[in-house]
This record gives sequence, C-alpha cells and structure tokens, in this order.
Amino acid sequence: MTPGDLLAPTPQGLHCPRGGFHIDPSQPVPVAVVTHAHADHARPGSGRYFVPAPSEPLIRHRLGPDADLHPVPCGQPFQLGDVTLSFHPSGHVLGAAQVRLEAPDAPVWVVAGDYKRAPDPTCAPFEVVPCDVFVTESTFALPIFRWPDPDLVMEEILAWWDAGRAEGRPSVLYCYSVGKAQRLLAELARRTERRVWLHGAHVAPTELYRQAGVHLPETTPTGEGARDRRRWAGELILAPPLAWRSPWTRRFKDADHGFASGMMRIRGVRRRRGFDRGFVLSDHADWPDLLRTVADTGARRVVAMHGHADVLARYLNEQGLTADAWAIGGAL
Amino acid sequence: MKRFLALYRALDRTTSTSRKVAALRAYFEATPREDAAWGLLFLSGWRIKRLLPGGQLLTWAAESAALPAWLATEAYHPVGDQAEATALLLDLVHPPGGPSDPRPDDDLPLSRWMDERLLPLAALPPDQQRASVEGWWARLDTDARFILNKLLTGELRVGVSRTLVVRALAELADLPPAVVSHRLMGPGEPTAAWLEGVLAAEAPGAHRSQPYPFLLAAPLDGPPEALGPVADFLAEWKWDGIRAQLIRRAGETFVWSRGEELVTERFPEIVEAAATLPDGTVLDGEILAWQGDAPLPFARLQRRIGRKTLTRKVLAEAPAALVAYDLLEQDGQDLRERPLSERRARLERLLAGANPRLRLSPVVTAADWPDLARQRDEARARGVEGLMLKRLDARYLAGRRRGVWWKWKVDPYSIDAVLVTAQPGSGRRASLLTDYGFAVWHEGALVPIAKAYSGLTDDEIRALDPWLRRHTRERHGPVRVVAPEQVFELAFEGLQRSPRHKSGLALRFPRILRWRRDKPAAEADTLDTLRALLAAHESGHDPTTS
Repeated sequence: MTPGDLLAPTPQGLHCPRGGFHIDPSQPVPVAVVTHAHADHARPGSGRYFVPAPSEPLIRHRLGPDADLHPVPCGQPFQLGDVTLSFHPSGHVLGAAQVRLEAPDAPVWVVAGDYKRAPDPTCAPFEVVPCDVFVTESTFALPIFRWPDPDLVMEEILAWWDAGRAEGRPSVLYCYSVGKAQRLLAELARRTERRVWLHGAHVAPTELYRQAGVHLPETTPTGEGARDRRRWAGELILAPPLAWRSPWTRRFKDADHGFASGMMRIRGVRRRRGFDRGFVLSDHADWPDLLRTVADTGARRVVAMHGHADVLARYLNEQGLTADAWAIGGAL
Repeated sequence: MKRFLALYRALDRTTSTSRKVAALRAYFEATPREDAAWGLLFLSGWRIKRLLPGGQLLTWAAESAALPAWLATEAYHPVGDQAEATALLLDLVHPPGGPSDPRPDDDLPLSRWMDERLLPLAALPPDQQRASVEGWWARLDTDARFILNKLLTGELRVGVSRTLVVRALAELADLPPAVVSHRLMGPGEPTAAWLEGVLAAEAPGAHRSQPYPFLLAAPLDGPPEALGPVADFLAEWKWDGIRAQLIRRAGETFVWSRGEELVTERFPEIVEAAATLPDGTVLDGEILAWQGDAPLPFARLQRRIGRKTLTRKVLAEAPAALVAYDLLEQDGQDLRERPLSERRARLERLLAGANPRLRLSPVVTAADWPDLARQRDEARARGVEGLMLKRLDARYLAGRRRGVWWKWKVDPYSIDAVLVTAQPGSGRRASLLTDYGFAVWHEGALVPIAKAYSGLTDDEIRALDPWLRRHTRERHGPVRVVAPEQVFELAFEGLQRSPRHKSGLALRFPRILRWRRDKPAAEADTLDTLRALLAAHESGHDPTTS
C-alpha cells in the first residue's frame, strides 16, 4: 500500500477515500460498489449499492427488496466523489463485472473481482481493460491449476451421466448454486434435451438466469419427485456442495456422486471429501490465464487478493512487475 | 500401460466395492498374462525399488516449465504428493488436447514399460535418466504421467484392498478365495507363469518358502466378560516384537515377517535353532530380543534391524529368539482347519526340549476374568504389551477377524500436551492441517516432545483446521506455529532417552487420545513428569501399575 493510492485495504474491504466508497465490502458501509452476486462479495447492511446492471436480479435476490440498489450498465461511466467508475464484464458469472476507477492526477485502477477467460454461455466474456494498477483475484494462483478445455469436461460429465443411465443409477452432481449450476445447465442444453433435477437451493437462481434470457434445459425441483427411491434411476440431479452427505442425498439409491470445481484438480481433495468423481470446471482464472490477463492489461503494478495472493505477488515481482498481496480483514 | 491406466481410473472413480471387483475382474480377463502379472504385483502393494526421488521429478518438471524452485514447492503443498504435483505442472509444458494428442505411448504394454524402460533406468547416468523421463512425459497424458511418476518413485498404491483383489481373481478362476489368498503369499514375480500359477485350477507345487496368510488379532474394546467364559480362551502375553512365520521344508529354513518380507538372513541364530525341526513344519510367533528368561525392550531389536551387517557385538547385544504360539503345518500337513486346542497341544510336544532360541509362548492361566485382568496389569513390568485372548475351538483364519484372536493391551501412558505447530497432511488430507507438533512446559517455556498424526475424528480435524489457520503466528514453509492454547491428551507406548530431541527424550507411538477443550494450556503436563516416567521405565518399575 502506498499513501495517495486510489484504493487501500481496510478491515471493511477495499476502500476508496476520494470516492467515499468500498468495493465488495465485508462489513456494512455507507456506499458499496459490488462486482457480482456471490455471498462473499454482495453482503447485506450497506447504505447504497452500485451494481452492474446485468447482475441486479441476482444481487436483489441475495440482499432483499429493501436494499438500495443503483444498477449501472457495463461501459457507462458514473461518478462518486471525484472518481469516475465504470463496470466491464469479468466472465465470472451472470452480470459479474470488473470496476475501472479514474481520478484526476491518479493512475487508472481496475479491480477485476472474480474472473475467468474460459468461454461460458451464461455471461458476457471477460473484457481486457487497460490500466496502470490491476487488482486481480488469486484464488487458484498456483501453477498446478491449469484448466482443461470446458468442452472436454462437459463430454466427461455427459459420458458419466450416460453410464449412470445405462446402469440405472442416479448421478448427483454437486456445484455452487449461483453460476456453476447454470453454466452446467446451459452447456448441457447444447448437448441434450434431457430434463435435469434441481435441489431446492438451485431453483431460484436458475429461474433468474432464465428470465435474463439464458437458454437452459427443462428443470424440475427434486421436491416434486416421487418418494419412490427407484424414481431416480438414470437421472441427473444438481445439488449444492452443502447437501453432500446430508440426509437429503439418501433418497438417491446407489447414486454416483460427482463434484464440479477447480479444486477437483487435486486428487487428494476429491478423495478426502469422498466424491466418486471430480470434474475440473472453475469460474476462476487458472494460473496461465492469471498471468496472461496481467500482461493483457499492461499494468505496471499488480495487487493480488484471495487464495494464493502471496505466491502470485512474489512471482510477478520476480518477473519485474511491482506486485503486492492484500489481505482483507487480516486473514493470513 | 493403457489397460492398467484404465483399471486405475475405474478403481479411483468409484467408492463401490462391487464395481471395484468388476473392474478388477475385467482387467485380469482382458489383459495378457505377462502384463497382468505386473498389474497384480502393484495391486498387491508390491513396490519396485525407487528409481528416482519425487523431489527430483518435481525439480525437472519445474525447470522445463521455467518455474522457480520455490514456486514448485508452493504448488506441491496443497497436493501433498510429488508425483501428482509433477504430473499437474507438466500440463503447462505439454498442454492436454494439444497437437500431439492422442499420445501413442500409452499403447506400450505394462510389462514392456517395466522391462525395457523403467527397470533399466537404474543403470543409467543422471543426464540420460532425465532425457528418458522427459521423453516419456512428452508422449503421455496427465493421468498416465501420474502413474509413470508413481512407478518411478516406487510409491504406486492403488486404492483397493487385498480382499477385493483376491475376490476378483477367485471369481475369475472359480477358486475359493482362501486358495487364491494363500497363493498370493510369498514372493510374487512379474511373469505370466506366476499369474498362471495363482489362477491354476490344480494346486501347483507350492513353493517351499511359501508362508500362510497371517491371522491378525482384533483389539478388544469392551469388557472381556462379554466374550463368554474365560475357559473358552487361551490367554498369552502379547509380545512386543516382530510377528513372524518360521518355515522348515525340505531341509531349508525361511523366516517371514508379517509385512511378507523374507527376513531369514536377519536372524541367523533362529535359523540355526530351526535346523533341528522336522521337515514340513510352519511356526507362527513373535521374534524378540531375548536374554536369559526375559525379553529385552523392543528398541534393542529395532537397533539390530537397522544394522546392515550383523557383527558379533550386535548379535550379543540383542540375541533374537522366536517365541512360538501356533503350529500351522506339521509333517507337511496344513493344520489351519484344526482347532487351536489341537494345534497348541502339537506345538507343545514339538517344542519340548527344543533349542532355547525357539521358545514356547507360555499360557497365562487364570481362574476368572478379574484374575486375568490383575495379571494383565503386570504386563508392563514383564516387558509385554498386554494379553492375547484366543478362542480354543477356533480355526486359523486368514486376515484380521473379529471373534477369533483378541488383543487386550494394557492402557498406554498418557500426558496432556499443548499443540504448538500444525502442517497439512499428505494424500487424502493434503488440504487440511492434520499433522501436529506438541509441547510440554519446562521452566516457563514450552518444549516440543512429539508429533502426532492420528487420533482425531474427521469432524474434529475439520473443526480444528480453521482455528489453527486463524491463530497462526508464524509460517515456515508448510509448518505453522500456532497460538499455544489447545490441549490434547496424548497416549504413547513407552519412552526413551534421545539426545537428538531438544527435550532429551522420545515417545514411542505417540497418538492423540482426545481433545481437552476443557483444559487451559497452563495446566498441561511438564517435562519433569515425563522425566519421572522415563526413570521409572528404565528401572523397570512402573508407577502406573504399582
């Protein structure tokens, strides 16, 4: 952190003193600028929220009807204090955006939030926004994290479901409720007409994606399925990771359990958690894409946040950039 | 290697035992014998000698991916397995789905991989080893590279139990599982002939060194009264040595350890004593360092095992004896179907007047269970671990069976220690902090005394992990120094002096008994407590049993 920076790490989150706002604050603040609808970025209790317009329905769903939301279309500048801000797609989940900040006599900052470069039929692709200081996520900033082609992963998932159909077992695929579930559904819709069952937690976000015009296959809540345990033979059920090993899963007799996540790149993680199958599918940038994105922005200075921030910062420093790791809330 | 890789994937991708057996059976059915023999060896936990250390592979991979060494180390930590981390890093050099896919080298059969490539590697100079390995990496996909790396580092373990392998082979050959299990004991070899022998319908001439599968005792976790009348059981001391089978056939002697390792050469005095046994004799028992009428501490035997050459001095310091407690074969006849009472009677007649290096494990007689429990309390003073309880009417079965042999150990020593360091485990537990360092108080400071890995439940590990992360004070590589606040009760089997440890002593088999959430760190035990235990241990007087 350097005095006079547009942004500084504080216990409440990234703070912009000149603009009087916080980005993705972890605690209530007067003015919040929110990059996307995930719970660790969009938190309740703040006074006003400036949000990317395409993420408004999901953020509204999370924060409730009383939250004071100010949606701004991507690419349209808006002013807070003497800082000019604009949102630009980050390719992470529906509506997720980067924030560009510009102020008189200050370098241009871009806060990427969470992002990925891989194609995703449910959201606008990542836009490279040139800047002087690039604040990047570093959730998977280790060189072991290199994602396979999502098309190949989808083929694996489909082959797994087909095997389940052939052997008459249910296939339960665990995935996060906002973003991953709908990305899987949209990818499946390009490959099959079959109906997919949804755990209750996935139902509302999926409906919001549909209303936003994302093409998804027919889905039915599992609650509407019969109690007969044989009912699920050969079916595909999407569920949040929290449902794994809960009483809810008992209804799926002889099921095969898979998990779709970047963490499935590590065999020990899958085995420790007891999943039969792991599918490497992430909504975050992998190591090569983190490096590529840093280079694409042309930034001379980089700030890394989340996950392996220390590793990414050290590596970029060795590559001749100026890089820091910022921890929010003092977490090591 | 394609078939073996497919088998590995199939086993790795299901937690269902019936599907694992089906995959194994399909593999043995479809794979040429000379390849399947290698596969069977690896499935049985057999390992080839390490050809290259995992750290070397990781270094080569990091260099070819132009990554600094520290970054490769950081990347390894969450994986917890150098062979796997290496395979993953190489995706940066050889991207999957690139122009060189599909990669034709998977097609080379496993036996040729082993004979023509991997085994000859040991004789090559380092630069040629590296060129060979990097050439293979370039022609294999990520999963195949992982298997190759595991083979190179000699640590390929397939997540399948021996029982399932035996079941699959028995189904395939239409044989009783016990027959297959027996045939798999002893030295396997990577040849079609060996696998033919395992699957053959007629019993092939059993190799004369071949041992029987060991019967393993189950721990007694309830009151012994629940087992029934004391008269139904044979009670013996539970010896703290090396479980072994001694085989005397056709004028030759073989000694097998429970790890299915042939250890004949390690115990010349036992081999000499066995020369008087009649041919066709197989004894089951425990090898101990033995002097006069009593066993010596296990540490003495352990020191001897560590020696490369057995000098006269070493042999004199820890003279070995086999304390026999079962007779599995007599006059070439398999006795395992006979009840223990009969085997024991035969054993007593056989060993009457034998060389004192072959000793009969004495029977501990007791009028009732309380009487036996009182004798068990003397175990530590006698240098044994407790009692064995064996059903007199039981056959000698293979493997760990409940209800046949019970081990009734004396309660271990225990202390309350403070958790001071934590680091991630490996393999299945690589993303959780599961390996802990513990300390006790000495002159107002905490002195490290033990590391322990096991004992907590998965739920406890998951509850402790975030606490440890929040209370990390320093990091040294993977090791976190944490706030000294959590107290754990540690159990251990014994302790000895150790100049290598700061505390001056080392605990034997330390493990976690329970998380003492009720106890503040200030009330943990002191080094003086341990020193008093050590003094008592060395003098043979045990304060916990007197």
